[in-house]
Amino acid sequence: MVDVPLGVGGVPPAEVEDVELYHPKSWVTHYVFSQDAKIIAVQYSVTALSIGLVALMLSWLMRVQLAFPGALSFIDADAYYQLITMHGMMMVVYVLTALFLGGFGNYLIPLMLGARDMVFPYANMLSFWFYLLAVVVLFASFAVPGGPTGAGWTLYPPQSITAGTPGLAWGIIMMLVSLMIFIIGFTMGGLNYVVTVLQGRTRGMTLMRMPLTVWGIFTASVMALLAFPALFVGAVMMLFDRLLGTSFFMPEIIEQGARLPYGGGSPILFQHLFWFFGHPEVYIVALPAFGIVSDLISVHARRNIFGYRMMVWAIVAIGALSFVVWAHHMYVSGMNPYFGFFFATTTLIIAIPTAIKVYNWVLTLWRGDIHLTVPMLFALAFIVTFVNGGLTGLFLGNVVVDVPLSDTMFVVAHFHMVMGVAPILVIFGALYHWYPKVTGRLLNVPLGQLHFWVTFLGAYLIFFPMHYLGLMGVPRRYYEMGETAIYPQSAHDLNIFITVTALLVGAAQFAFVFNLIWSLRHGREAGGNPWRACSLEWQTSATPPPHGNFGKELPIVYRWAYDYNVPGAPEDFIPQNQPPLAGEIASRAP
Amino acid sequence: MHVVLVLVLVAIGSVLFHFLSPWWWTPIASNWQYIDDTIIITFWITGVVFVAVLLFMAYCVWRFRHREGHKAAFEPENRRLETGLTVITGLGVAAMLAPGLFVWNHFITVPPDASEIEIVGQQWQWSFRLPGKDGKLGRSSIDSIADDNPLGLDKNDPDGRDDVVVQSEDLHLPIGKPIKVVLRSTDVLHNFYVPEFRAKMDILPGSSTYFWLTPTRTGTFDILCAELCGTGHPYMRGSVVVEEQLSYDVWLDSQQRRMVAQQDGTKGQKGEVEVQQ
Repeated sequence: MVDVPLGVGGVPPAEVEDVELYHPKSWVTHYVFSQDAKIIAVQYSVTALSIGLVALMLSWLMRVQLAFPGALSFIDADAYYQLITMHGMMMVVYVLTALFLGGFGNYLIPLMLGARDMVFPYANMLSFWFYLLAVVVLFASFAVPGGPTGAGWTLYPPQSITAGTPGLAWGIIMMLVSLMIFIIGFTMGGLNYVVTVLQGRTRGMTLMRMPLTVWGIFTASVMALLAFPALFVGAVMMLFDRLLGTSFFMPEIIEQGARLPYGGGSPILFQHLFWFFGHPEVYIVALPAFGIVSDLISVHARRNIFGYRMMVWAIVAIGALSFVVWAHHMYVSGMNPYFGFFFATTTLIIAIPTAIKVYNWVLTLWRGDIHLTVPMLFALAFIVTFVNGGLTGLFLGNVVVDVPLSDTMFVVAHFHMVMGVAPILVIFGALYHWYPKVTGRLLNVPLGQLHFWVTFLGAYLIFFPMHYLGLMGVPRRYYEMGETAIYPQSAHDLNIFITVTALLVGAAQFAFVFNLIWSLRHGREAGGNPWRACSLEWQTSATPPPHGNFGKELPIVYRWAYDYNVPGAPEDFIPQNQPPLAGEIASRAP
Repeated sequence: MHVVLVLVLVAIGSVLFHFLSPWWWTPIASNWQYIDDTIIITFWITGVVFVAVLLFMAYCVWRFRHREGHKAAFEPENRRLETGLTVITGLGVAAMLAPGLFVWNHFITVPPDASEIEIVGQQWQWSFRLPGKDGKLGRSSIDSIADDNPLGLDKNDPDGRDDVVVQSEDLHLPIGKPIKVVLRSTDVLHNFYVPEFRAKMDILPGSSTYFWLTPTRTGTFDILCAELCGTGHPYMRGSVVVEEQLSYDVWLDSQQRRMVAQQDGTKGQKGEVEVQQ
């Protein structure tokens, strides 16, 4: 007999008193300085998506330069490096992290757990305003003398704070300050997500009954709280090096003929701090995507997620392991080469829980009742791109294989596939899935399908061939590929193909933006539970959910979130707050 | 059912692209055939997994698509299936990791008979230093760098007296001899990258790094920089010439004679200055 996580033995008593919420009295406290997690979620999401559009347009400029060097006269080498730096930092931190945790985390955690709000609503509000301030500082660096930093998103010293790199005067300072503000803001939000998951669940919502979306966001938040401090101290130390003349990261160096007054520092120290943050960061983006896509697949395949407990342990295992793999970004950094043995082993071990997740997604499809809705299409495309990007990770993680491939376009293709395209496909799927809950209306389906096909196939055509440029020996971060005996003319043609495809995929995103705005008024009315899903956010008293989320009484949870097509049940789904059906426990008890 | 079709096409198309596209690594020119072999093993294992997952997905989407009256099976767990898949994955990972670590051990163990050369990265040019007849490189310091001493050689170190400094010229290497490449930077990070050699390593200011190789094919190969080092990064180029021992000896000899002539020249100039004072 399988062990079905059911409400066997009844429901535990209420552990948390239902507390009085802060009630906004004016339009400003309702919609601007809001303490309602749902409003904060929308604020986070709209801000992050807007930055995403900017980052997209920056990538257009980069791609045009790579395909047609010198075609745009305002993109000189300085500008190019500023573009790649801002594109990378925006996407990783200000779009993906903010959207998954600040956007989806704020919206879904209280609703999925049957809570009225986050446990610290005021800190939650501050979290968004710090985030916005960080964004303002980041964008202000476009306006300062010298422009933003062009040090690459990894900001490796000494190059990031010495001559020869654009943005030396102001840009790098703005970048570091912006990151520090972001981290302060995130900490206030992150503590909220973690404490709400641990303390704010409604009666009956045990940890092992939480939807995997919450598990993913929860684990990612814990990781972010542990990983971001490393970036924070790295930023403080680099600011000291830049402004106060300390030498944390600065050895004896000569800057364009002049001996600088630095000495004794270690550039590799920064790389360790950066990647101690930077590798968990990959999973801070990936784990919420894993969780969300699990729920999308289960709902739209009308089948319980396969191997729920294994999925939870895989998330936790990946979260823990991701703190001991960081130096696989540094195999050729010049660190002690014996580290390679340890970090290659840990890195390849992390492939095992990750593979388990992939198996369980496809095994959820197996014997399902697959509805090819737009969210399901995006979920399927996620599996394709994530498997592709995950497998190329086995090349780069396997220390000696990384030697010829590191710092080439292979790496660029790999991380775009695995932490760019794959999570963004999940974001799109999730937006199509939860938009009806947020607005009460469905997004337009034909437009959604157009958006899906162009985005999925286009992104695959951009990044799959790009691996082979790297294999051929084209380094990353080149203002132009240039002429080398080993690059055939066809490599230049491939660059043009990638750029044209990238322009098209980018254009398709504007169809999505149009859909988001148009459907606000003209979308089909969704009702409370258009996907016939089990989890609590679809069982609210009204849609969009009111202040306080649920009606007078908080829901009581009797079962896990995946009771789809349960034999003998009257419908093909049983909501989490549905008390046991007659005879249910007797017939399915272990 | 275009979803099924696309999934199959992505799987097959990716494999065809892999075998048919004109973009592939350059013919190897060093002893690191092992690295290429490990990549091939990894391609096979990951390729099989990729195709298997995609085709299985395509099958599921086709076989279990929604139709009137069709119901999904309720099956929360299947311990045997999950354990089996975990074990197979573990074996696959081990099959990639074991050769990888074996080759890595080889990669970081410099053979005792390797001769040392030094490569210095500066924004945005390559410089090289070869030991003279004593086979030893002398000490260097960033504070000794001057117009007549671009690499900061320690003039008091007897090991460095006969060192050969090569700037704005090609580096030459003899074929078939193991070489330990010691890397040094005077300003920012660089990375000495010759695609044909496969091996590469970052170059750091403040400390030296190394890797080793044995050139196995004669020819002239481009040197690229593979670590972002400022706006001149893509233009930091150089060339390395791998040649037979005889022609290498001739080249080294001419470089040594040039060094001696240069040193005499600078000494002479200094002498004149002293006389004038």
